[in-house]
Amino acid sequence: MKILVCICPVPDTTTKVAFADNNTHFSTAGVTFIINPYDEWYGIVRALELKEAGVATDVHLVTVGKADAEPVIRKALALGGDEAIRIDTDSNDTYMVAAQIAEYAKTVGYDLVLCGKESIDYNNGSVGAMVAELLDMNYIGFASKIDVAGGVVTTKREIEGGEETDSCSLPVVISCQKGVAEARIPNMRGIMAARTKPLKVVPPAAMDALTAIVSYELPPAKSGVKMIAAENMDELVNLLHTEAKVI
Amino acid sequence: MSVLVLVEHAGGVFKKKSLEAVQYAANIAKATGTTVTAVAVGDADNAAMQALGQYGANKVLHTMDTRLNEFNSRAYTKVMLAAAAKEGAKVIVGLHDTVGKAVTPRLAARLKAGLVAGAVSYPDLSKGFVVKKNVFSGKAFAYVNVTSDVKVITLMPNTYPVVKGEGSATVENLDVTFEDKDFSIKVVEVSKASGSVPLSEAELVVSGGRGMKGPENWYVLEGLAKELGAALACSRPVADSHWRPHNEHVGQTGGTIRPNLYIAVGISGAIQHLAGVNGSKTIVVINKDPEAPFFKAADYGVLGDAMEIIPRLTEAVKKFKGQ
Ligand SMILES: Cc1cc2nc3c(=O)[nH]c(=O)nc-3n(C[C@H](O)[C@H](O)[C@H](O)COP(=O)(O)OP(=O)(O)OC[C@H]3O[C@@H](n4cnc5c(N)ncnc54)[C@H](O)[C@@H]3O)c2cc1C
Ligand SMILES: Nc1ncnc2c1ncn2[C@@H]1O[C@H](COP(=O)(O)O)[C@@H](O)[C@H]1O
Repeated sequence: MKILVCICPVPDTTTKVAFADNNTHFSTAGVTFIINPYDEWYGIVRALELKEAGVATDVHLVTVGKADAEPVIRKALALGGDEAIRIDTDSNDTYMVAAQIAEYAKTVGYDLVLCGKESIDYNNGSVGAMVAELLDMNYIGFASKIDVAGGVVTTKREIEGGEETDSCSLPVVISCQKGVAEARIPNMRGIMAARTKPLKVVPPAAMDALTAIVSYELPPAKSGVKMIAAENMDELVNLLHTEAKVI
Repeated sequence: MSVLVLVEHAGGVFKKKSLEAVQYAANIAKATGTTVTAVAVGDADNAAMQALGQYGANKVLHTMDTRLNEFNSRAYTKVMLAAAAKEGAKVIVGLHDTVGKAVTPRLAARLKAGLVAGAVSYPDLSKGFVVKKNVFSGKAFAYVNVTSDVKVITLMPNTYPVVKGEGSATVENLDVTFEDKDFSIKVVEVSKASGSVPLSEAELVVSGGRGMKGPENWYVLEGLAKELGAALACSRPVADSHWRPHNEHVGQTGGTIRPNLYIAVGISGAIQHLAGVNGSKTIVVINKDPEAPFFKAADYGVLGDAMEIIPRLTEAVKKFKGQ
């Protein structure tokens, strides 16, 4: 069984978001990029566990991005995985990203494609389902548990106000969230090994972006907190009703 | 040409967020001089489908196949594709929820349509087709222009208040031919937390952090939530320590929510936590540390011990509701 794990580089969670060029670009000055937490903590680790258990034969990691994505995919390789692929193009539009991943995946033929529940920068949660459609595969979103046995995948996934256990046969695309695995810390051996592992740079398939970000905006600053005395909860309730109009 | 909208129901009753999506689609239809066609699948109730007219739907296309009562993104996508072809739809609306997030990307990929996932505004047609959405997990917004001919949007639930009007939608059957593979995901088991409000849809949320000291103290938050009809949430360390279930964890690596009211109790207000909740319309922070960063992001603050303040607040809510 061959597994492809999708890796998205994102700004570190502590990043104070700022924009440049009249709010048309995200300022990357001083920003550290990390592996999208859902990819790092869950997708990669579960793929490695399946390989360690002898269920998977190959674990490949793919990212769509320019050369600046390389440190992140190297970091991902340090966690494990047999090879990494970087598809050399911008990753601004979801369709572009998904179509590039799907085109590459077709050339190899993966049984399981894992991605994260969403990227913590653009929060789309869309790449996985798009890849599934383009590969004509099933898609299971928001999995919190993934088991594979005898070509059948059993997952737990989030549904409205609860959880559902599903099963289907391979191949399938699954988006991962908390529960799928326990995060691992890369060790020295992994970091050394990552240096010699293959990182393939693949030219992109010809593709047009279907969306473009015109500008960014920061949320309006709060006008300042109104402090209410701890003894006076009637006043708080009153303000929530008459001023904030939320109850 | 009509604007297409995927609606969801539970046991035949349409969910509030679906009514919001219909209303949203109706607004786009009005701006673009066209009509709204809602798409419903499975055991939807006929009167309830007609009643979607009160929120702006002109027509409902209904695909009745009992297999659709279980969710399979392939089958739903097929229905939407058939509806889009029938109506010549240029704009398709879904919800930014577990169903919408599995169906709309498939649909967008198939139609080669640009997708805006998690819209929080109507499209601005004066500049093309520009839609506002959350980015950086609530730390900012982006304005996204959709340049393709067909446009797909998922609406963030609880963006616009739902207003009931007049009208009745006509209901038509939409026959779709399925293949076995469309239903190849089998549901083995469903477990639902009964009675509680789903967090992603809740208008009021009571949330607890490490300042609550332990799961044994959660009864005070549960009491307040019950009195308000609110959903419960928590910070990440709380879920990591198994004081509360993981689905209640909000923040950058948990759920992103935008309720009308977010009451944060014993939560310091770390940047990763704020990211998931600062879209809330009103934020109340209850913390014993005057230096807690959360106060800077709050509308109302109360300084003091949660275990003393929350029961008092619960009493005040009870009194208010009794009036
Ligand atoms: C990659 C990454 C991702 C993360 N993602 C998330 C995320 O999605 N969501 C999230 O929440 N965090 C996330 N975090 C963790 C985040 O940085 C904070 O550590 C976390 O939010 C702190 O949780 P807390 O406020 O409950 O606890 P603390 O920071 O320990 O704060 C407890 C607060 O309770 C107050 N308090 C104590 N006793 C009382 C009392 N009796 N009455 C009233 N107040 C009291 C204290 O003054 C303090 O302000 C992430 C961190 C990283 C590195
Ligand atoms: N540029 C990218 N390269 C590879 N995978 C990506 C990329 N962007 C997103 N993904 C994958 O898709 C998931 C969801 O991202 P998104 O749909 O952008 O929210 C991420 O967790 C990744 O697994």
